Amino acid sequence: MPKRTDIKRIMLIGSGPIVIGQACEFDYSGTQACKALREEGYEVILINSNPATIMTDPEVADRTYVEPITAEAVRKIIAIERPDALLPTLGGQTGLNTALEVAEMGVLDEFGVELIGAKVDVIKRAEDRELFKEAMEAAGLECLKSERVNSLERAREVAQELGFPIIVRPSYTLGGTGGGTAYDETELDRIVASGLKASRVHEVLLEESALGWKEFEMEVVRDRNDNCVIICSIENLDPMGVHTGDSITVAPTQTLTDVEYQKMRDWSITVLRAIGVDTGGSNVQFAIHPETGRMVVIEMNPRVSRSSALASKATGYPIAKIAAKLAVGYTLDELPNDITRDPPASFEPTIDYCVVKVPRFAFEKFPGADLKLGVSMKSVGETMAIGRNFREALQKAFRGLEVGVAGLDLRAEDFVNKPEIETELTRTDTDRHFNVKYALKQGYTIEHIARLTGIDPWFIDQISQIVEMEKTLLAIPADQPLPADLLREAKKSGFSDRQIAVLRGPDVTELDIRRERLAAGIKPVYRLVDTCAGEFEAYTPYFYSSYAERDESRPSDKPKIMILGSGPNRIGQGIEFDYCCVHTVQALRELGYETIMVNSNPETVSTDYDTADKLYFEPLTFEDVMNIYENEKPLGVVVQMGGQTPLNLAVPLMKAGVPILGTSPDSIDRAEDRKHCRALLESLGLQQPESDTAETVEEALAIAQRIGYPVMVRPSYVLGGRAMMVAYKDADVEPFVRAALKVSPDFPVLIDRYLEGAIEVDVDAVADGHDVYVGGVMQHVEAAGIHSGDSACAVPPHSLSAPMVERIEAAVRDIALALDVRGIMNTQWAVAGDELYVIEINPRASRTVPYVSKATGVPLAKIAARIASGQTFAEMGYPAPPKPVTWYAVKEAVFPFNRFLGVDPILGPEMKSTGEVMGIDDSFEAAYWKSQIAAGQDLPTAGKVFLSAKDSDKPWMVVIGQQLNELGFELVSTTGTATALQEAGLEVQVLHKLADDAHPNVLDLMRTGDIHLIINTPSGPVARVDEVKIRSETIVRGIPIITTEAGARATLAAIRHVREKGWGVRALQDY
Amino acid sequence: MKTLIALEDGTLFTGRAFAGSGEVYGELVFNTSMTGYQEILTDPSYHGQIVTLTYPLIGNYGVNEEDIESWKPHAAGLVVNEASRMHHNWRSTGSLAAYLEANNILGVDDVDTRAVTLHIRSRGAMKCVMSTTDLDPASLVAKAQQSPGLVGRDLSSEVSTPDPYEWPLENPTYRLAVLDCGIKRNQLRMWAERGVGAQVFPNQATAKEILAARPDGFFISNGPGDPDTLPQVLRTIRELVDHGLPTFGICFGHQLLALAHGGRTFKLKFGHRGANQPVKNLQTGLIEITSQNHGFCVDKDALAGTELETTHINLNDGTSEGLRHQQRPMFSVQYHPEAAPGPHDAAYLFNDFIQLMESTGT
Repeated sequence: MPKRTDIKRIMLIGSGPIVIGQACEFDYSGTQACKALREEGYEVILINSNPATIMTDPEVADRTYVEPITAEAVRKIIAIERPDALLPTLGGQTGLNTALEVAEMGVLDEFGVELIGAKVDVIKRAEDRELFKEAMEAAGLECLKSERVNSLERAREVAQELGFPIIVRPSYTLGGTGGGTAYDETELDRIVASGLKASRVHEVLLEESALGWKEFEMEVVRDRNDNCVIICSIENLDPMGVHTGDSITVAPTQTLTDVEYQKMRDWSITVLRAIGVDTGGSNVQFAIHPETGRMVVIEMNPRVSRSSALASKATGYPIAKIAAKLAVGYTLDELPNDITRDPPASFEPTIDYCVVKVPRFAFEKFPGADLKLGVSMKSVGETMAIGRNFREALQKAFRGLEVGVAGLDLRAEDFVNKPEIETELTRTDTDRHFNVKYALKQGYTIEHIARLTGIDPWFIDQISQIVEMEKTLLAIPADQPLPADLLREAKKSGFSDRQIAVLRGPDVTELDIRRERLAAGIKPVYRLVDTCAGEFEAYTPYFYSSYAERDESRPSDKPKIMILGSGPNRIGQGIEFDYCCVHTVQALRELGYETIMVNSNPETVSTDYDTADKLYFEPLTFEDVMNIYENEKPLGVVVQMGGQTPLNLAVPLMKAGVPILGTSPDSIDRAEDRKHCRALLESLGLQQPESDTAETVEEALAIAQRIGYPVMVRPSYVLGGRAMMVAYKDADVEPFVRAALKVSPDFPVLIDRYLEGAIEVDVDAVADGHDVYVGGVMQHVEAAGIHSGDSACAVPPHSLSAPMVERIEAAVRDIALALDVRGIMNTQWAVAGDELYVIEINPRASRTVPYVSKATGVPLAKIAARIASGQTFAEMGYPAPPKPVTWYAVKEAVFPFNRFLGVDPILGPEMKSTGEVMGIDDSFEAAYWKSQIAAGQDLPTAGKVFLSAKDSDKPWMVVIGQQLNELGFELVSTTGTATALQEAGLEVQVLHKLADDAHPNVLDLMRTGDIHLIINTPSGPVARVDEVKIRSETIVRGIPIITTEAGARATLAAIRHVREKGWGVRALQDY
Repeated sequence: MKTLIALEDGTLFTGRAFAGSGEVYGELVFNTSMTGYQEILTDPSYHGQIVTLTYPLIGNYGVNEEDIESWKPHAAGLVVNEASRMHHNWRSTGSLAAYLEANNILGVDDVDTRAVTLHIRSRGAMKCVMSTTDLDPASLVAKAQQSPGLVGRDLSSEVSTPDPYEWPLENPTYRLAVLDCGIKRNQLRMWAERGVGAQVFPNQATAKEILAARPDGFFISNGPGDPDTLPQVLRTIRELVDHGLPTFGICFGHQLLALAHGGRTFKLKFGHRGANQPVKNLQTGLIEITSQNHGFCVDKDALAGTELETTHINLNDGTSEGLRHQQRPMFSVQYHPEAAPGPHDAAYLFNDFIQLMESTGT
């Protein structure tokens, strides 16, 4: 059946900011969907609060609303735009939940909007544990056995039946409090007793545990005629118990026979039918008992997901695009497979390679967080690799992860807690795969390790083969050349040059191995990802490397440019850089260059096979990039868009003879090297906060004392402020510097004067060597000292004076010209009174580029890309006179504290946010309010506010208290702060302090829902236990919290504004 | 052990024997299924062929005693990228290498199977010799050229049962006469699961012998080789169909039914072998993802003027996937509704045939 003609306007809900569990994959799927729908002539209306997405580029949808993704905002948009249909299945869980809420509010009925893709009852059946189980049982599929019980006696009987371990889930409690896993009778008694007590209805659910079972996923696509195809099967290397987002996953399944695979296929399709997914992509998860083969359905997602993005990249099948077309009425046989053209989309991809995804974690950013992996996802990013065998894919993935290992190499073993290896193997932490390798080297058998880890012996044997190859390589004396056959075997098993070099001895470098390898004629070939294992000719140029015979990459003679992506998402380097890379590709394609994208992050738009002319899905290491360079021989390589990852490759690539386009590595180095940089700034008459570098702890202490406390301490060559801190005394400096020198021993530690209370400013600019265009001056809301990535900021500056802004712009121009920047540059500044300080210079794209571009309508990354290709402003007609900006755009950061319960959710020089949102409106106050709502701070307009401040913060806290009082809020506090408020004549409800062990305290009120906002400042560099408890509780309860003065002032102004004037929505196209 | 693979066009590939040794010849084909190597190896339709598996990691789950499609592996040789030294699965009873060795099948790995596949895709399936003993390229290419191909060869008779036998089933609702041209056991299992008994006949059985068993229906299995080499069998089939016996053919059976009614078959460039072939049922408009293994194909255009009509087509290349008789109770499909390996989407055909027997009421 052809597409529907009764609908013309379709609304899409995006997934909002990048958070753990919802990352770039929904920009990828949403962008594909927008393109697919517009290609069919539909008008697309989009809501997404995340400015760093390609989907919110004004040309991607017809009407783009960068507004908070709430039911209320969606309602306002629907009232204006009157779409015919709402497609909820492409914006992750956020999209689905918001659509459900809007539907239940009656908005869809009110405005006659049809939900397409998945109806309300379908979403509910899939999301509600009970309804899901009922549907599965009715369809004859097995789930994990479970039973509700109301007594300890009955619980014991049920446990007899289901066996241990057994999961206890109290009914109707928040966040599963009072539940747990019982391994024996004693634990059962204890957990059930507390669970029954915690449950409002005195009931717990006992569920059979699938801990340690094999875990699988199937990606299914269904059309309105009930045609179903499986796009990809995924096997989790880590067994059940570790969230699939935190597991190493492998496509396709490796350890199932056809009988088992087909049963899973049948069940997947039955699940879709039973749940009633009309059209589109879904993900179904299964567990299989490793000894009996018993299979159960765990859950399903009636929408495209992280796994479907992975499946799309793993197979080449564009699930989101197809899902969008199916939603408007097409059937699978009517849609072509873009890759092979002739065969239709109604086939199942088959692959002739192995795909491995490895998660990337950021625990180092959250000291005190539980390192154990479990059912709640904790990884912040992932990298995918493709190889002709599992070992090759696994090692490529590890070296693409950028955690300091070049594969499953010797350095990986530094992460292993060796004396306790046996215990470590039973733990589900992030280094478990390194532990497996180490244990194998210690002589543990595959069976033993399999028993301890729950990992299938097949995978452990693969790691064992890596260990054996390592031994073989080590056995060749350093003074003898490596036999070419052995080298080839090692390369086939995914060993990197660097990994081999380490095995060859301390004096051997990666470059030595590279020379040796090339001399032996050993270089990779590039293979096509073609959805069909070579059965048909493929037209889409999507490649991976492997050591084999026949190359398929067909390098052209056209002028071409290679763009290096940003690799796995991490804190400090995420979707913003992918956005810049995609814009670079777009700009260069417009100029007629053939573009070659290199990246290893499967979530991204940049790795969509139709973004660039050619896609190489490869790790971003010197070796892998050089190999592609030599294969393609492009005019040059763009390294300034993908963040620190490609930038770190600039110098080695240049030394290897690769032309670096845009700003030269030399300029980059001058900016990054602090001593060079200081000299440069001095010559321009600019100042930096007093600072010095130390290579030992003693030096550090001396410098800190000389500058005077507080000081900022950080290692050089930093990424996202990793390992930075504000030190108030010697005792703070010492352990920190020791740790910093351990992390990066080759780089000294930097100690700067800490400008307390200064206003911080970010500036993004582009330069062509003659001229400079200042894209935007962003004023941070929080005071200097909070990492710029975590700070809210506003364009245009909301309180800086015009002369100061002009001074900053002039200084930016001077720096860009002095550094001979050819492309993009980010600078950070601190304004303390009349003094202007340079904080940082980054001659590369920054996190704020997409936000500034969207806020001002000037595509900075595209301009920078044109400059990198050799164009000048004069040729482009830039810098155009900047349009007068008559609105405010506020960026706010979004944090993953809800994944790391117990970690203190305060801000500091260490970046902690995973993503960002933008609020845009006529006034700073309204824009700020929107940014807070979009970031999940559910700001109240009435109710109770808990105030608590250290002594030095009390004066301003009193002012805030007065303002709250004027707005009709009730104030709640504990003695110290309460006294200050009462002295100012304010009425305050005084609570017991937590330490008093008396009630009511603030936690009690939070639990009963009586606190609507918390303003609480950290007492000092080391937080007290009680304040951490309060702040953590806000995260559990979803209560908005403010921890800085600036934040409090801005919030109050915003609440006042919205209470008085309300708020509206406006499409980007109308600004 | 080093192994040389020589094709009739002079192309050479190298590999390493991971199971067995010696020299084998056959038509070199590729199969794109990612699972099911044991079923593929034991499918008699691969008799006379050397199978390249495009999925690069083979042997991971070992072999077991259940997933077999006949009494032994039939492929002349197996070519893979990497044969796993470790096998693990709760049903596994042994390794693939040991299984091949026990059955005297040469298994070769460390072959760039994608290069092999791309070559066959562009040049067509071709005659091939693999050897661990003769590593002289010229000699081996000559052997490949001299080896017999498939065209004009009756291989079905070599794998068909020598004597009739009954597939065990108590109290069958219907009884089928099954013409074994190289049958996969899952066809018989599918009938048994549905309560249909099967008496299996050699492919050269006469109509008289078959009718003497008083079957409710007639089923023609898959099988290897060129279908257009069995004139006697075609006559038998025609007689049984004309007799009004409900008839169902799969794969080779489909080709025989077409030929028996004046149709034509031809050899595809490199065949359809895999578990992801999309087929459109023209009667319902629905799509089935099907398991396939065939090198010869019914010419669907040549059905014009016969009593047959096309019911299913392949969405990849538009070739014939199913047909039916316009008057008689007879239909057939080119693909494998019994799967094994492959998806179960087309299992409904077995039920359809039971209905056909029911409505024909013999």
